[in-house]
Formats: sequence, C-alpha cells, structure tokens
Amino acid sequence: MSEFLELSKLSKSYPAPGGGVSVVVKDFDLKVKKGEFVSLIGHSGCGKSTVLSMIAGLTPPTGGGIILAGKEVVGPGPDRGVVFQSPCLLPWMTAYENVALGVNQVFYTANKEERRQIVEYYLSVVGLEDSVHKRPAELSQGMRQRVGIARAFALAPKMLLLDEPFGMLDSLTRYELQQVLLNVWRKDQRTALLVTHDVDEAIFLSDRVVMMTDGPEAEVGDIMDVEFPRPRSRKKIMESPLYDRLRAHLIEFLEVQAHKKGAEKENGGVPQSHRPPQNKSDVALKLELK
Amino acid sequence: MKQGGFKLDWLLLPCLGSIAVILLWWLSSKTWSKDLPDPLKTWNVSKEYVLEPFAKRGELDQGILRFTLLSLSLVVKGYAIALILGTPLGFCIGLSKTFSKAFDPIFQILRPVSPLAWLPLGMVLFLGAGKNTSELAAIFTVAICSMWPTVLNTAAGVRSIPQDYLNVAKVLRLSRYQTLRKVLLPAALPYMFTGFRLSLGIAWLVIVAAEMLTGRPGVGGFLWQEYNSLIYEHIILCILTIGIVGFVLDRLMSVVENRLKFA
Repeated sequence: MSEFLELSKLSKSYPAPGGGVSVVVKDFDLKVKKGEFVSLIGHSGCGKSTVLSMIAGLTPPTGGGIILAGKEVVGPGPDRGVVFQSPCLLPWMTAYENVALGVNQVFYTANKEERRQIVEYYLSVVGLEDSVHKRPAELSQGMRQRVGIARAFALAPKMLLLDEPFGMLDSLTRYELQQVLLNVWRKDQRTALLVTHDVDEAIFLSDRVVMMTDGPEAEVGDIMDVEFPRPRSRKKIMESPLYDRLRAHLIEFLEVQAHKKGAEKENGGVPQSHRPPQNKSDVALKLELK
Repeated sequence: MKQGGFKLDWLLLPCLGSIAVILLWWLSSKTWSKDLPDPLKTWNVSKEYVLEPFAKRGELDQGILRFTLLSLSLVVKGYAIALILGTPLGFCIGLSKTFSKAFDPIFQILRPVSPLAWLPLGMVLFLGAGKNTSELAAIFTVAICSMWPTVLNTAAGVRSIPQDYLNVAKVLRLSRYQTLRKVLLPAALPYMFTGFRLSLGIAWLVIVAAEMLTGRPGVGGFLWQEYNSLIYEHIILCILTIGIVGFVLDRLMSVVENRLKFA
C-alpha cells in the first residue's frame, strides 16, 4: 500500500531573538498510510503542534516537504480538516452555521438541500441533533468540541488533523468524545493525525504512536504499533496485558526525555522556559497511580 | 421592602440629585451672579418654546424641537459621511501594518484638532458653494471631527480578532470577500459600534459649535443669538435641550451596541 501522507526532512526554525536561529523541528520524517490513525506524542512545547500546523499549511516549513495523496502541500486548504484545541467556533454563528460555513465552501456544486443534509448528518453523528441552532455560548465545552469535530469531518477531507482536541475537557467528557471521534472516524475511514500528550488517549485511538523527542531540534524518537483490533472497547483494552506494556513503553520514553531535559538544565544547558515544568510530575503521577 | 428600595434607587435618588442642582442654581442667581436667571424665570420665559415645540415664528425664533431637528439633520449628514469614510479606513489600518505606519501619525495629529479650528477651513473649502457654504462647512466639520473614534475603534476591533478565527478562515480557504463578511466584520462589530456611539456623541457636540459660529438656525445658533439679544433664559433652555438630546442619542446607540455583544 502506498504512502498517503509523507513528511520528509521537515524542519522549522525561527530567527531567535538576539541573533541566530532556534530550530524547533529538524529533519522530521514520517509516513502515514491511507486510513491510518497516527498519534504524535511528546512533551508540551516539543514541537508536535508545529508539525501539525505545517501539515495544515498554517505554518510554512523552513525545510523539507509534505506530500499528501501524491501532491505537495502548499498553504492551508479544506482537503485537511483541522480540529483545534479550543474549538475555534465563530461565536456569532449557531452550531449549524459553523459547520455550514465550511460545507458551503467545499460542496459549492451541491444544491442547498444536499448541503443541509451533510451539515445535519455530521451534527447528529456527534450527538448534537438537539442543539443544532444553539450558539457556542449556549453550549458546554464538550459540545463545542463536538461541533469542531463535525465541522472537520463534514468537509470530507482527505486527512484529519487533530491538535490536542480534548486537552481542555474534563476526563469524563474526554472519554466520551474520544469514543465519538472513533465512531465518526470508523464510519468515514479518514486518515487521521492526532497530536496529544495523553498516553492513554494515544493508545486507545491510534494504530501507531509516534514519539517525539523534546525540542529544540525535535525529531521522531520512536514509533510504536498499537495492534488492538477495531472496533475497540476501552474496557477490553485496559484489561489487556499488552496495554500495560505499551503504556510503560510510552511513559518510559517520555520520562527519559524529561530527565534529559532536567540534566541539561542542571548543566547550564539551554533553558526551556516555554516548557511547563508540571509535565514531568504529570508522568510521575500517572506512574504512581498505576 | 424590595419594591420600595427599587423606587428609591431609580426614581427618588435622581430626583433628589436634580433638586440639589436646581437649588444650587437658584442660590447662585440670588447671591454671586445676579445676571443668571433663576429657575422659575427661566421656565416662564422659555415655556413658549417648550410648549409649542414645532412653532416657526421666524428664522431664528422657532420651537425648541424644530431647532433640534434642524441641528440633527446636519448631524445625520456629517455623521453618515464619518461612518462611510471611517469604517473602511479603520479596516485598512487594522489589517495592514504598512497602511497603519503610513497614516497613523497623521491621524493622531488631526484627531485632537478642535471643531472650532476645522470650521473656518470648511468655509474656505466650500466658498464656491455660495449660500450653501455654511451648511457644507458645518457638515464637513461634523464629519472630520466625529470620524476618529470610528476609525480607531474599528482598527482596534480588527486587530483584536483572535488568530483562531483567521485560522478557521484560512483552513476553509474562504475568499477575501467571504472572510471579510463572515469572519472579520462580525468579529469587529462590537468594537465598531463602540466607535459609532462615541462618534455620534462628538458629532452632536460639534454641530452646536458649528452653528454658533455660522449662525445657522438650530439649537446652537439659537443659543448664540439669544446670548447676543440678552435673553439669558434661553441659553439655559438650549443647554438642557443639548444635554437631553445627547443623552437620548447615546442611550439609543448603546441599546444597539449591547445587542451585538456575544458571549
């Protein structure tokens, strides 16, 4: 099977304040197959969102290239549906209008009735059939993100890009929406790339988890296959011994990254002020809970 | 109890405040400023203008509401020009750094210039218009003075649009026109309306000054004429009218403004 998305030697650097360049991502290589669900995991600030943003076309890469379905990616476009961390709904539009904004743009050849059906179908798939005409202010965080997911899927994109889409939700809502996401994804069989720092989320959702080293000069550290059969049940996965092994593998990788960072700091290396320190304790906490 | 508290707050207190000011006015007219007409005399001399608000006895002797309408009609024209020019200008400044760098300094210099300074220039500009000169000059002055809040607030509104919204527009690849209509305009609208409201307040301030200088019939023209004719009671009548009209305009605008605010 040929590669659907191919990132080769993808790099991003910014001119650093005070001369020189700060390299966020360096020589990032990744191949994703059609229909695959891949997660990108790493500490906050490691550059994983930058990678996603480059694929989305919102951030131009400074080196390397991106090929999606045989074509080079230049700039943003509706062939890649993006779900942002904050749902980014336009507050003056209802849920329906927010989804319709993109649908009207992409399906401009379809007639009004067909477009209405597309919008209503995706809103109902994410469970919002009763809130179609509510504005974002009247919706809960979780419901807003449902609209965000519906909006991305309704464009019938070649690829879905999810940038920590559940990061701002409480854990109950997060579980619920992960399930919603999987359901829609399975129905549509879209290729998906998810950026996350949640180990359980990555395992539950993906076929492969790509671990990123910490920036600067972040790159692919390790890739792990997640071979649970689909459709997946959270309960079954959690009970499987494989789950613990995968989880331990991911956490170990993240711990090593955090230690490296800590050691660098103590040795007077480059301070990473933009990386919140709670991540390390986050991982530690999760280990204790186990 | 609660009902009583409500009445006290909303009816009684403003009445008490007004009575205190009227008392101060009455005291002043009796003590240190003998030329200031007292409240009762003011009412007696002015009541003809208030009770027959639309009477027209002469060019500068008309009912107070008739004068108000004359003034408002000029305000509307000048204000409309201010909005039509100011809004796109604000958008340009908000959207383009180059445009902003080029024009912001000159706008900052023109903005604090008093209407009294603009009016003579307006007269000069429209000297060729013959008997319409003073009207055109007044409209020009209203427009140029009241434009700035609209320009600056629109620019601030456009600048404050979250990058997230622009990303949505980019990802959906909306055309420039669609982005403007569906994203930029609604996002900046609350700010724009704050600008519109401030502009209207200034337009109303300016028209009074412009009428006083040009002697055009209107609230300001009437005020100046009555000062020259030594009918001081009418000065106070005009001041109250100007205040009330300004207040009503501001209220009307904020009703619309509040409706536009979302979450």
